[in-house]
Amino acid sequence: MIRSRHRLAAAVGALAAVATVVGCGSDSGGSGGQAGPPQPGGTLRYGLSQAPTCSDPAQAASNQTIYVARQIVDSLTDQDPETGAITPWLAKSWQVSPDAKVFTFELADGVTFSDGTALTADSVRDTFDATVKLGGAKAALAVSYLTNYVGTTAVDKLTARVEFSQPNAQFLQATSTPQLGILAQSTNAEPAEARCAGDNIGSGPFTYTSWKQDSSATLAKRVGYTWGSAVFGHQGEAYLDKIEFTVVPESGVRTGSLASGQLDAISDALPQDAPQIEATGGRVLSTSNPGTPFGFQLNVTRGPLRDQAVRQALLPALDRKQLVDTVLGPQFKYATGSLASATPAYLDQSARLAYDPAKAEAALDQAGWLPGADGIRTKNGERLSFSVTFSQVFAGNQAILELTQQQLRQIGVDLKLDLVSGPESTAKMNTKDYDSFYGNSTRADGDILRTSFALTGRNLSARGPIPALDEALDKQLATNDPAARAELLATVQKLVLDNGLYLPTIELSQAIGVAGHTQDVKFEASARLQFFDTWLSGH
Amino acid sequence: MVGYVGSRVLQAIWVLWAAFTISFLVLYALPSDPVSMAADGAGLGTPVDKAAVAQMQARYGLDKPLWEQYLTALGNALTGDLGRSINTGQPVTEAIGDAVPPTVGLAALALLLAVIGGTILAFAATYTQRPWLRNTLSAAPPLGVSVPTFWTGLLLLQLFSFRLHWFPAFGGTGLRGTLLPALTLALPIGAVLAQVLAAGLEQTWRQPFTDVALAKGASRWWVQRRHIARLASVPAFTIAGVLVGTMLAGSVVVESVFARAGVGRLTQTSVLNQDIPVVQGVVLLSALIFVGVNLAVDLLYPLLDPRITGTRRTRSARTRVDSTASGVTSVATTSTDAAKAARDA
Repeated sequence: MIRSRHRLAAAVGALAAVATVVGCGSDSGGSGGQAGPPQPGGTLRYGLSQAPTCSDPAQAASNQTIYVARQIVDSLTDQDPETGAITPWLAKSWQVSPDAKVFTFELADGVTFSDGTALTADSVRDTFDATVKLGGAKAALAVSYLTNYVGTTAVDKLTARVEFSQPNAQFLQATSTPQLGILAQSTNAEPAEARCAGDNIGSGPFTYTSWKQDSSATLAKRVGYTWGSAVFGHQGEAYLDKIEFTVVPESGVRTGSLASGQLDAISDALPQDAPQIEATGGRVLSTSNPGTPFGFQLNVTRGPLRDQAVRQALLPALDRKQLVDTVLGPQFKYATGSLASATPAYLDQSARLAYDPAKAEAALDQAGWLPGADGIRTKNGERLSFSVTFSQVFAGNQAILELTQQQLRQIGVDLKLDLVSGPESTAKMNTKDYDSFYGNSTRADGDILRTSFALTGRNLSARGPIPALDEALDKQLATNDPAARAELLATVQKLVLDNGLYLPTIELSQAIGVAGHTQDVKFEASARLQFFDTWLSGH
Repeated sequence: MVGYVGSRVLQAIWVLWAAFTISFLVLYALPSDPVSMAADGAGLGTPVDKAAVAQMQARYGLDKPLWEQYLTALGNALTGDLGRSINTGQPVTEAIGDAVPPTVGLAALALLLAVIGGTILAFAATYTQRPWLRNTLSAAPPLGVSVPTFWTGLLLLQLFSFRLHWFPAFGGTGLRGTLLPALTLALPIGAVLAQVLAAGLEQTWRQPFTDVALAKGASRWWVQRRHIARLASVPAFTIAGVLVGTMLAGSVVVESVFARAGVGRLTQTSVLNQDIPVVQGVVLLSALIFVGVNLAVDLLYPLLDPRITGTRRTRSARTRVDSTASGVTSVATTSTDAAKAARDA
């Protein structure tokens, strides 16, 4: 979708055990085994569904932007898409202080940026300092990862110490994101706007060779690249000589171009496009986004949703399986908790969300909401009716919500759909002017719960203090031990449903169409593309 | 003549100012704030940092009172500075400058195809004396206007790009890359042209002088070519402004379908992102094009048909006489044409 996205190497195993990262991707780029050994060379022609907004990884927010920018920048750490574990990349190792305020990274030696300058502890400091200077308006994600940033000290040439004034356990995972990728001084010294023009210098396996705003971007292989992440499928240089990204907004044209051999891979292949892609030997790769699944953030200050019993009763009222089967197709999953299943520290709450209209009705009866003449329940003259504000950021939203409307109608709840434009949606979000708000957020860390539900976070449910929840949200940010942190995040996930703050529906999936000769297009942990291992057979 | 040109130029300036002011008011009256939108990083769930928003609003001058913003923007616009895109940080003039050439190329080829196609169709429909052919050909323009551009584009792509591999499906440049999108864009424009031109031809055929010419032994084709076409092209020329409008609107769809960079795409993305400086730049550009085209038409009319300025001018009796000589009234035109027809035949 538009949006989106831990610690001592020794702790990695423990995290993996606890994190329960459910298989990332049903078919993440498998080459089918018949393609033979990877062949270097060739140009991958990729069709983006939207124009990247800016070439700067630090300012990248939309998926299509990240697909491009990710390739030119390396991060301090990487995240294993299978286990959610944080693994070395530019940093060979790291230590986190017990209070989760100080992070010390030991950098790999011999890494250079594509302008020839060397990666040092100063590069880390300059990158983070420059990111904070970009500001939240330009680099919303990056700056949110650096909340309470005090500064970075170059302890020696290859040791960087990052300090925060408050505990910030999520920071370690954040160092694996492209937004906090390490850039060369020549880029860090530039103002925000100039960093969008396609001459950003990173140490990544590809470099920019051209950037045409709203139209295309071309990347070339970085010759001599030897410092790939341990998560990568091979070491050394990337296989592809070049990647040409072209913006092809119309999905039928993307699919037709893929099927007719004018493109090698495309973004956002729609379910109805899959047969055409498969007919020509291609495949649709998919993976579920980690983060919060799609769902209703229920505004606890308005209408019938003020009543916690109503919010609770809605949880078993939705037939989520039907939503997926009817509207989306097999590459999608229905939501089974307040986090998406691919998120580290995800807690399976499927029993709680199981479809049980009788239970929902009984709960509403008990709370005094009784069916009126038109079938809609009322209490003290108030109708059990609320609206959901949403935008078409995801093509399936409208159909999902129409079906949800029918399902809720069956238990006597009147749902009104309020489709708004992107700008209007943001305006309403900022003023909390809605009964409920529909959306999702992608991030491969449970801290997304704090971003979405904390009083200091987005808090679209407009809730007041809930001490147990607030405490768990704060504490997980101060806890380095992955097991202990997962436990706190489990508490948060339960409390979010207990308090009826969230009504989850489905998980977002990425669907990438690839031609038959395109091999090993891989999803990284946040369900974004990594082209380092990608190669073309028979070119 | 100087007075005529002067008044037209003043009118053009007034229209540009009005377009600027109205678009400014409308855009700033919209419910959302473009900066919070940009700061939201596409709604990723992070709370918007108020300080950062305030900082950025200050950078774009959005924290000032509306009248001050207006005057600043107007002043800057007059010096050719349209500000920067809130989303990409690119100067608006640069974004528009990049978008104009591909759209101009597309529009020029589309116009050429439309004029050729529309003329052939109108000529054929009015020239033939077989009723069934005439009826079929006359039905084509309404069909051409009513087919959605989007659909035409996809259909052409399906056949000529995906199946036959003759043309690239997206991002094309050069003649090969521009032909399909231009054809898509030319269809509704050519249809309108054909309709207007056919009506004009039809009407002119009913003028008595055609009978004179035919009676003198001229062939239908000769009469059509030498006399009727010139007269009938005036109304077609008049709708140039409308055609430019159709073309700008059509480019939004065509450029999206064919994944071409251009003014249409720029308009679409900046409207979606509510990138006010860019939207306003596009509005100004459109106004400029409209004004330019209408001005050009107004100034060219006298060359095509001297009656048009003749009716406006009152000062010089001599010029009036001159224009009368070349046919001020319809009757005069008809008679001179008839006389010419008689002579030529």
